[in-house]
Amino acid sequence: MHPLTGTAADLVWLLPLLPFLGFVANGWLSLRGAVRARVTAHPTRLETEGSRHPQFTLVNVIGVGSVVAAFGVAIAVFAALAGAPDAAGPYVQTYGSWLPSGDLRVDWAFQVDRLSMVMALIVTGVGALIHVFSVGYMADDPGYPRYFSYLNLFVFFMLTLVLGASYAVIFVGWEGVGLASYLLIGFWFSETRNADAGKKAFIVNRVGDFGFLIAMFLLWANLGTLDFREVAQRVPELAAGGGLVTAICLFLFLGAAGKSAQMPLYIWLPDAMAGPTPVSALIHAATMVTGGVYLVARSADLFAIAPVASLTVVVVGAVTAIFAAVIGLKQWDIKKVLAYSTVSQLGMMFVAVGSGAYVAGLFHLVTHAFFKALLFLGAGAVIHALHHGYHAVHDETSDAQDLRLMGGLRRRMPVTFALMWIATLAIAGVPPLAGFFSKDEILASVFRQAGGSALAQATWLGIPGSVVLGTAYAILLVTALLTAVYMTRLMRYAFHGPSRVPGDAAAHVAESPWVMRGPLVVLGALTVAGGWLNLPALLPLGPVGTLEHWLAPVTGRGAAVLAAGAPALGHGTEQALVGVAVAVALAGIAIAWVVCRPDAVPAPDAPAPTSGFGWLLSNKFFVDEAIEALIVAPLVKVSRLVLWRGIDLGVLDALFVRGPGALTRGIGWAGTRLQSGLVGTYVWVIAIAVLAVLGLMLLMK
Amino acid sequence: MTAPVADPAFLTRALLPDLVVSGGAMLLLLYGVWGPETEGRRRGLLLGALVTIAAATCATAFTAATLPRTGVGPLATDAFRWMADVVILLGTLLTLMVMRDHAPRARWALAEPAVLVLLAAGGMMLLAAARDLILVFLGIELMSVASYVLAGIDRRNPRSAEAALKYFLLGAFSTGFLLYGIALLYGATGTTDLARIGQALAAGPSVMATAGLGLLLVGFAFKVAAVPFHLWTPDVYDGAPTPVSGFFATAVKAATFTALVRVTLVAVSPTLVPWNEAVWWLAALTMIAGNAFAIRQRNLKRMLAYSSIAHAGFLLVAVATHTPAGAAAIQFYLLAYALATIGAFAVLSAVGEAADGILHARRLEGLWQVRPGLAMAMAVFMLALLGFPLAGGIGFFAKWYVLQAALQAPVPQTALSIILVVATVVSATFYLYVVMVMFMRPRPADAEAPAPTPAMTRLVIATAVVVILVFGVYPTPLVRVARASAASSFPAGR
Repeated sequence: MHPLTGTAADLVWLLPLLPFLGFVANGWLSLRGAVRARVTAHPTRLETEGSRHPQFTLVNVIGVGSVVAAFGVAIAVFAALAGAPDAAGPYVQTYGSWLPSGDLRVDWAFQVDRLSMVMALIVTGVGALIHVFSVGYMADDPGYPRYFSYLNLFVFFMLTLVLGASYAVIFVGWEGVGLASYLLIGFWFSETRNADAGKKAFIVNRVGDFGFLIAMFLLWANLGTLDFREVAQRVPELAAGGGLVTAICLFLFLGAAGKSAQMPLYIWLPDAMAGPTPVSALIHAATMVTGGVYLVARSADLFAIAPVASLTVVVVGAVTAIFAAVIGLKQWDIKKVLAYSTVSQLGMMFVAVGSGAYVAGLFHLVTHAFFKALLFLGAGAVIHALHHGYHAVHDETSDAQDLRLMGGLRRRMPVTFALMWIATLAIAGVPPLAGFFSKDEILASVFRQAGGSALAQATWLGIPGSVVLGTAYAILLVTALLTAVYMTRLMRYAFHGPSRVPGDAAAHVAESPWVMRGPLVVLGALTVAGGWLNLPALLPLGPVGTLEHWLAPVTGRGAAVLAAGAPALGHGTEQALVGVAVAVALAGIAIAWVVCRPDAVPAPDAPAPTSGFGWLLSNKFFVDEAIEALIVAPLVKVSRLVLWRGIDLGVLDALFVRGPGALTRGIGWAGTRLQSGLVGTYVWVIAIAVLAVLGLMLLMK
Repeated sequence: MTAPVADPAFLTRALLPDLVVSGGAMLLLLYGVWGPETEGRRRGLLLGALVTIAAATCATAFTAATLPRTGVGPLATDAFRWMADVVILLGTLLTLMVMRDHAPRARWALAEPAVLVLLAAGGMMLLAAARDLILVFLGIELMSVASYVLAGIDRRNPRSAEAALKYFLLGAFSTGFLLYGIALLYGATGTTDLARIGQALAAGPSVMATAGLGLLLVGFAFKVAAVPFHLWTPDVYDGAPTPVSGFFATAVKAATFTALVRVTLVAVSPTLVPWNEAVWWLAALTMIAGNAFAIRQRNLKRMLAYSSIAHAGFLLVAVATHTPAGAAAIQFYLLAYALATIGAFAVLSAVGEAADGILHARRLEGLWQVRPGLAMAMAVFMLALLGFPLAGGIGFFAKWYVLQAALQAPVPQTALSIILVVATVVSATFYLYVVMVMFMRPRPADAEAPAPTPAMTRLVIATAVVVILVFGVYPTPLVRVARASAASSFPAGR
């Protein structure tokens, strides 16, 4: 009997169920259209009252309440789990057999363990804050109930993803969050650009899902199970470092790279900013996009015996981290800067989990959820305020997201200003904020792994692992510098200097209502305090390595395999590493402060550079264009000329469509001829048929 | 023979569910003729019918629980019968609910059809229980005579009258073959008991017995509307009132297939080549022709008639497997098919015919814009009939289990399985056509909006959608019950 039996952990089914019920209820309200109809009947009321409109109260109670309640359940389950002994192992609740087909048995099962519950807390906790923020942000949107039903649907699928006890159940959540993300990116679907962004996200993710599926097939074919516990038990059956486990891990990583926007599949994430900003905060920064990191950490036992795959994760993560950070330097859309920043930070997490520092990667995942959600919501507050400003002066053309049209917002929105600076310092890695600790741990772990661990002794495409890891460390340092630069640039352009807001709109810009500021404050507190989750021994400001100890039963084995042989870092080395990291962060901030002068901002319609590095940068290195030219266009051409005109129309249609079509039409024609409506004909046909049956049977006898 | 056969008390108990239904029908008849039909009386009629069905369900459960499953004699008391009873009662219940809303709008009295539906249900339940050819005949006739009248229940409508007359004439004609087949079998074996016929035929049937079996098969083929004995079906379904057509397509078919499975598994040896050959050809022809004929149909009731013919073909594949797994697949299929078909006819009843009495596909154009709920439900039913996974819910698994039974049979029905899959692909053309018309065609400017869907019809549609989708995600419990029932009712080797 598991020690969690009979505790609050038995309630884990409530976690996904609550948001699901919210989705159904709000979906029904939205489909019924009554809310919408009554609201549009009194448009003036909508304008003045916003979400306090009586018709929205029920939507709020359901939409926000379900996620807050789920957060409560998550806390209860977490508390029960915290009370269980370390050796308790995962607590799996099976609710029925989903696919009993031949030898394959897939259960509807949720797994309560230390990793899944950390994720569940983030999803419901940050999710609840973002739901509350949305009450203010989406207040005057006629699609209000639809918005909350989609958001609840997302939380439902995300919880399925993190709680699933097998790769198959995770995959249900995986596809589900993809669907919710698609729906929310294209939430304002009446504009083609938004709908296209939704489609792009969905299609690019299919590439990753293909990898995930192949990985599942390989696991099933070779281990005969998709269940995490059984996979973990049977990993020793796979040859360590062999081609099979490497293939499984590489395909899993392909799936992770799609969901978590890694090279070259990151292209959907910047476009995904077309959705409402709280959606960007929840789905495209704090939770869904970290699903890939979660998947790799969840598969730690597999990656541990596939060093080549692990090094691939490191390489892709490092390249993505610096690449996205460079692009982020030159973006003018406030949300695009944050989007590239997210891609870059996810790259850092992948470097961590790839190098076997699973806890460091997950630690950064947690702190990133805090400060990036804060940054996005802060940006949302800015956009919201500017939008209202433009609306008040009937300016329909100015872009509320363009950094070139901001400036001087510090005085108008002091709370948002202060909180966003906290988040900026955190992501830049300034102590003692959360981001400093998690980023420093990643850097230190990669540095340590580079020096003689099992992973450092493996080779990747002929390159020694130590070189790969060492280079990754250097790249991450540069990335940290760039991070500080582009974030300071964003802050400087948005909040400092004189106002560049066109017309009189600036006079109407004001701090957002408390329902939006409240979540910002809570996230700000978490951003300040989040580092205490896993303090390094070097800075014992409280209990040391809490998260490390907590996650040890899940990722400890895999981490130990990859880190075997790595010498512990000396005290002096550690101090030096921290010093370098902090120096880099401060240098980045200083550089940006000097270079990015708010009085030297180009006009929005200024021509983009047409040569040199600036030209490359403003075109985002032409990755979208390269993918279009190298993959999409040839695919379209081949599919149109060869597959469609040649094979489909020429061969398949003739053989299998037009031929049988003509045949069935012929039979149909015969049928209608027989179907004369005259009883005499029918009797005649039946009599012939009876003779045929009797003749057949007597002949066969 | 063992004691229970001669024991009248045993027979009465074994017939209890059938007696409850017939008795309820009689009482309802008295109530119905007592005075003019008002809205209140219609409500009373529906209530009475519901009570009768509820009582019959309880009686079925009670009898199933108290009688030994292995009793011998003319009445089966095995799980297969009880499962079939449940499907029949469910079909009857849903039909009556739709009918209650349909009757006042079509201006025909509810009392007579309600009583007739219950009487037919009594005949069907007898048919599902029959282990003797005389009882098979009795059951078929009880069911059929009530059905003939039901087809013509809309007396003022000449199309309805034509349907009734055609159904009656051709039905009587085919009954002749059925009865002649029974007589020949009796002549050849000296018994009408299925098990003893099976023993007598085990040594190899005589010419007379083979002819008897052939004519018996013809009788069944007519009732299940297998090609080429299907000619009556489109005309009758088209002319009969919509809920009645739904009843014909589901409950009648379910009861007849139950009896056909029992005859096949009890009286016919799996190695009897002539029977197998004839069933094979019927299945193949029915699948091909049923689906091919449906493609050109734009009259929705006729299209559903051809659809019901096509499904009879799919079910015949399971009959051809000659295994308990096939029997289980049939029961699962019948439930899935009954829900989707009655649901589809309920939607058609809600949409209503044009002034000329024809339900053309044009009536559904742009339905999504005016009645999104109805359109969504109809889409689910069409996808279920097509056998589409997930969105078609249970329909996918229905076909899946038939295929599984066909391919895992001792003599795998590979050719029939291929035809089944190809025919299913062909059937997409007309099922998806309906979906396309509802969702992608604009609502014609001159089309009047359908009247609000009445409460009972709405309940039927909603129930059907929910059950289809829920079991479509999680069919395991149903499959388990169907397999257990078939395996216990038809032990291998007999």
